[in-house]
Amino acid sequence: MAGSDRLRDYEHEAGLYRRRAVAAGVGALVLVLVLAGRLFHLQYLSHEHYATLSDDNRVRIEAIAPTRGLIHDRDGRILAENLPSFTLELVPERVEDLDATLERLRSFVDFDSADVERLRRAWQRARPFEGVPLRFRLSREEVARLSVNRHRFPGVDIVAGLTRHYPWGRTGVHALGYVGRLDEADLQRLDPRSYRATSHVGKNGIEYAYEEVLHGDPGVRRVEVNVEGRVLRVLDEQAPVPGEDIQLTLDLGLQRFAERLLGPEDGAVVALDPRDGAVLALASQPGFDPNLFVNGIGRDTYAALRDSPSRPLFNRAIRGQYPPGSTIKPIIALNGLERKSRDRDEEIHCRGYYTLEGRSRRYRDWKAHGEVDLSDAISQSCDVMFYDLAMDLGMTEMAGFLRKFGLGQPTGIDLPGERDGLIPDPEWKRRNRGEPWYSGETVIHGIGQGYMQVTPLQLATATAQIANRGRPVRPHLLAEAGPAEVRTDTKEEAPQNGDAVVARAREPVVEPVDLKVETDWDFVIDAMVDVTEGERGTARAIGWKSPHTIAGKTGTAQVFSIAQGEEYDAEAIAKQLRDHALFVAFAPAKAPRIAVAVLVENGGSGSATAAPVAQQLIDRWLEEHPPPADGEDDGG
Amino acid sequence: MLGARARGAPLTRLLLALRVDPPLLLGILAIAAVGMVVLYSAGGESTDLLIQQGVRLGIGLFVMLVAAQIPPRNLRLWSPWLFAAGLGLLVWVLVAGEMGGGARRWIDLGIVTVQPSEGMKIAVPMMVAWYLGDRALPPSFGRVLVTGALIMVPVALVAWQPDLGTSLLIASAGAFGLFLAGLRWRLMLGFLLTGAALIPVGWHMMYDYQRRRVLTFLDPESDPLGAGYHIIQSKIAVGSGGLYGKGWLNGTQSRLDFLPERSTDFIFAVFGEEFGFFGGVLLLFLYLCVIGRALYISAEAQDSFGRLLAGSLALTFFVYVVVNIGMVIGLLPVVGVPLPLVSYGGTSMVTLLCAFGIIMSIRSHKRLLAP
Repeated sequence: MAGSDRLRDYEHEAGLYRRRAVAAGVGALVLVLVLAGRLFHLQYLSHEHYATLSDDNRVRIEAIAPTRGLIHDRDGRILAENLPSFTLELVPERVEDLDATLERLRSFVDFDSADVERLRRAWQRARPFEGVPLRFRLSREEVARLSVNRHRFPGVDIVAGLTRHYPWGRTGVHALGYVGRLDEADLQRLDPRSYRATSHVGKNGIEYAYEEVLHGDPGVRRVEVNVEGRVLRVLDEQAPVPGEDIQLTLDLGLQRFAERLLGPEDGAVVALDPRDGAVLALASQPGFDPNLFVNGIGRDTYAALRDSPSRPLFNRAIRGQYPPGSTIKPIIALNGLERKSRDRDEEIHCRGYYTLEGRSRRYRDWKAHGEVDLSDAISQSCDVMFYDLAMDLGMTEMAGFLRKFGLGQPTGIDLPGERDGLIPDPEWKRRNRGEPWYSGETVIHGIGQGYMQVTPLQLATATAQIANRGRPVRPHLLAEAGPAEVRTDTKEEAPQNGDAVVARAREPVVEPVDLKVETDWDFVIDAMVDVTEGERGTARAIGWKSPHTIAGKTGTAQVFSIAQGEEYDAEAIAKQLRDHALFVAFAPAKAPRIAVAVLVENGGSGSATAAPVAQQLIDRWLEEHPPPADGEDDGG
Repeated sequence: MLGARARGAPLTRLLLALRVDPPLLLGILAIAAVGMVVLYSAGGESTDLLIQQGVRLGIGLFVMLVAAQIPPRNLRLWSPWLFAAGLGLLVWVLVAGEMGGGARRWIDLGIVTVQPSEGMKIAVPMMVAWYLGDRALPPSFGRVLVTGALIMVPVALVAWQPDLGTSLLIASAGAFGLFLAGLRWRLMLGFLLTGAALIPVGWHMMYDYQRRRVLTFLDPESDPLGAGYHIIQSKIAVGSGGLYGKGWLNGTQSRLDFLPERSTDFIFAVFGEEFGFFGGVLLLFLYLCVIGRALYISAEAQDSFGRLLAGSLALTFFVYVVVNIGMVIGLLPVVGVPLPLVSYGGTSMVTLLCAFGIIMSIRSHKRLLAP
């Protein structure tokens, strides 16, 4: 540094700087003159123009709400539409005395204290010239009455608009979701610019997940208004871009049928096309009428829905978590074969209970099966075989294999709010319960009890994966088209190419399962066919009824543990403590085109209540969509 | 000045003892006073707002006073370390910063949250002045390239947060250092042309939505619900003010809720409506005085470091003024830059007054360092 310093010419540098500083100063002066010139232009030359806009008239910019896209089922039947409706709105800056106006309005329109309360809340943050709604869906009579007396109510407007309507009412409500009035939370989350004119937003289900696609872009209208805020003329207008219509994979007929089959029972049904994961039906019973929510549900109505013991608002199909029971036996059997813990024809003797070496505790089976091999153990649902197999495999191994079928984790369906379920292992228990794993727990987890929890949707997806011989699918409800963004869990950063999003939304969350012995798939699928076709299959009743070859598995999820030595007596136990009935199935077994999971809460055994639902659903679907003759189907 | 010092009133003597430059302080206080007057009107005659702003001004003036005590020699020694620390914090922000409004800008240190990009507005010109002031000026081509890299790294990190307004200010602070150091006109022209030539390439590489964003940025009126709404309303407010203005507290446009953000970024619209063209020119004149004084101080500084630092800080201050007012009166796209010493808000107030403290230190320590 010292060396170069000696070469420096300080006088020259100071001079150079001074010249640059002067240049910068002159530049600053020029820019200030430009600003002053612009001020002069605005405030002197164009003063009159702006003074006119400001004093006598004001330019108002109004956003025009886009029309929400429609939702169709796979055959184009409308599931969600927009119907014309009339809303009563009050404009703050034109209403002189709000209380007096409301009082006088009472004799013309019906509205209750909840309406007034909502109006007053919105009144606070409303822009002075933007109408605040008081009542939605005025009847024709009310519109007529008000129109005649219009002059008596300055600042009161009847605004024609479109309202979301769900023509099928409660059908498919848990998949479809509904729209509701924008609230504070929505305003935090959404781009305020796009929602300036919008009053409704998707709150749940498909309406929520595809909000971006359905919503569209608002238009803009510049109007000139006078001092009272009355519009004098429209200066220009830019039309809104309507939201896109979307088509679902859901089949309205099958959906309605599924809901009818469940009847008065609480439960869930999920039907998939195992080839691509398209959801054909997704039912959760009981449901509710989404139309109630569109314009603000009444407090009492909502409380009744919320507090109902059968929880109609709860989407059992994707949020309900139940022990899978024996429905996981085919997967455990595959695990045993893969790990060579079992040979296909190795037999055990089932005495109706199982004990660990050196312990007295009896793990009961639902009956004494006698001599059974692995295939019999699936078709006759022998617990002892799987107690023993679980002990051989160990919980960590078993949990890892079950997770390969997507159990205990979200399937990635394009619906918000999907739950994880749980496939426990010793590590999990240590972390979450702070306790060690007991071998007795491994035993009961071999038949899908204990801590294990899955959603009906996970069961359907896992079943589809068995049907596909290991190839997983990601369940989805959107049929075609390029949605800009899908919102299920995390927000996407930048908008992407629509196809890329669809492609990613179709990406299964688990890897394909490759077995060392490919024919193990046939073995297990054959055993599942025996569940319905075999002489002693637990669901042989449905095998007789169905013209199709159904591969299935019954299951019973214990709600209530029976004390050691007591007998299970369904009649004696209150209904809500009775076991959940489960059934998973796919058909035709050779080239599957539909995979189903059925859950009936407190339905008792899987064979009696759940299996017939699956069978009738499968039969109806295959009858309406007959598979090509044997051998011609490519299966994919 | 020497005479003033000898004959000055007691107050002036006290200020000089505190190493405060009286003309600069006078200009700053005059602008801040105007700011308080407008803020009272813009904030709907709320005294709460005034008190909060007053507290911030007090904190800022204290920081200024402290900064004025630090000899430039120390500032020079600290420059690389401050710069390095600033870079470290910027990286930390990107990795672990607090999200706010879709951007990562803050670090939560438990007691306070820090916005490192704000400090870079001072650290970058310090670094540039340190690096360039070390050797003979004008800088060689190689030194110019190194300086360019020193500027671009923090600019890119801030732009990534993303905070385009701040990265713009940091970039201009660095660029002013280069300009004042005597960057050859030919080189400047060369850089400008290269930049212009790269625009189509960059445009080609952008996604559609990014292009749309740039277009909105350039033409706010194409987005009348967002940025354009502000512009349309603020032009009406300013234009309707006329030559003399509607008078204090009489701005109908701004007071009828038509004008958003009227206490912060768009406060000049309120000022323009109420005080008219002459008020606006007066405020511009005050800003010009402050900048002129600061540039004068920089030219009088002892060494290259002091000159370059004081000069680039003064010009950065000026960029705030031009960008903010230009945006309010529809000459420039809408960027979130406050009107210095007037807009409601604390962060920029403290940074700006700290910068003025540094400028004052460069002035007041001069004679002590002279042989």
